[in-house]
Amino acid sequence: METAEKTLDEILTLAAAHFKVSREKLSPDEDFFKALGIDSLQTLDLLTKLENHFRVELPDYELQGVTDFRTLAAKIQARL
Amino acid sequence: MKQFRGQALSWQVQTGVIELALHREPCNELGSLSLGEFERFAAALDGLEKDAHALILYSDLKCGFCAGADLRELYERSQTMEKSQAAQGVRDFLERIHCVLNRIDAAPLTTIAAVHGVTFGGGFELALACDLIIADKMARFCFPELRLGLIPGFGGIPRLKRDLGNSVVRDLLLTGRSFNATKAQQIGLVSQVVAEGEALRAARATAAQIGKFDQQTVAAAKEFIKPIPLDELRKEIDIFCELFSRPAVRAGLKKFVESTDAQPYLP
Repeated sequence: METAEKTLDEILTLAAAHFKVSREKLSPDEDFFKALGIDSLQTLDLLTKLENHFRVELPDYELQGVTDFRTLAAKIQARL
Repeated sequence: MKQFRGQALSWQVQTGVIELALHREPCNELGSLSLGEFERFAAALDGLEKDAHALILYSDLKCGFCAGADLRELYERSQTMEKSQAAQGVRDFLERIHCVLNRIDAAPLTTIAAVHGVTFGGGFELALACDLIIADKMARFCFPELRLGLIPGFGGIPRLKRDLGNSVVRDLLLTGRSFNATKAQQIGLVSQVVAEGEALRAARATAAQIGKFDQQTVAAAKEFIKPIPLDELRKEIDIFCELFSRPAVRAGLKKFVESTDAQPYLP
């Protein structure tokens, strides 16, 4: 069972690697759309990456309005 | 015509396989330009089939297989036309794209959609017309039409119903949620999930395997197991056109076209 902090850390690492930004520049409470500079299609990419990595299903309506990494991690944690 | 290079799609025949590539920026939206070239392809298929045992559809664009109908074109046309004229235009478009997809669906060769990335709405419906869907693990599927006050209009529901259980169809349609390739394989939509960027290679390997069989037998098997749900397809066009005439649809199209939201496919 992953802890919430470990989940959060993995999300930050994965997002940084996929969108080629420095891991150190990403913080848990940051708006990930702005931090990663991603558009709607790239948001889908991120969603798929996260689902594949954590082996969960994340219905997109559950993520509607979620903009920071910490809340995203909580949503994933709830499905692990 | 053995080879064609258009603005939205291209095709060529290589070692008994017709490869149809989509390449209209930004993400292969299906509008009047694509439809015209698809009709050209459907007309050429009679000749191409003589030298081929398989057809592979894939996208040359990084964003994905196809983002679906060109909603911007649909919105712009609905703005510049009288209501009745726009409704007739939509019906004509649907009739024409159904003809193309029915032709691909019933082709007496094995058809494979090799998909990656966004495979939404009309793009999903294009894949569903094929016999097999091979997806890379970053592929994502969705029927977002309900957000616009519409149902899928390119044959999606009848073809999903043909392939899947009704409860799964309801989930995909009524929630409008997107789902990944692994889920698509679990529910029986996708036959193979492969690594990122490997869908076309896997489709070519599958086509080569199919080429070893007697093609008359393959065609007979396909005709037996894959009936075209013509009555339901006709019904779908009627329902779509009825829904399209409501003001809520124009409002939904306007909202989508003007949206800067990160998830514009959600209501």
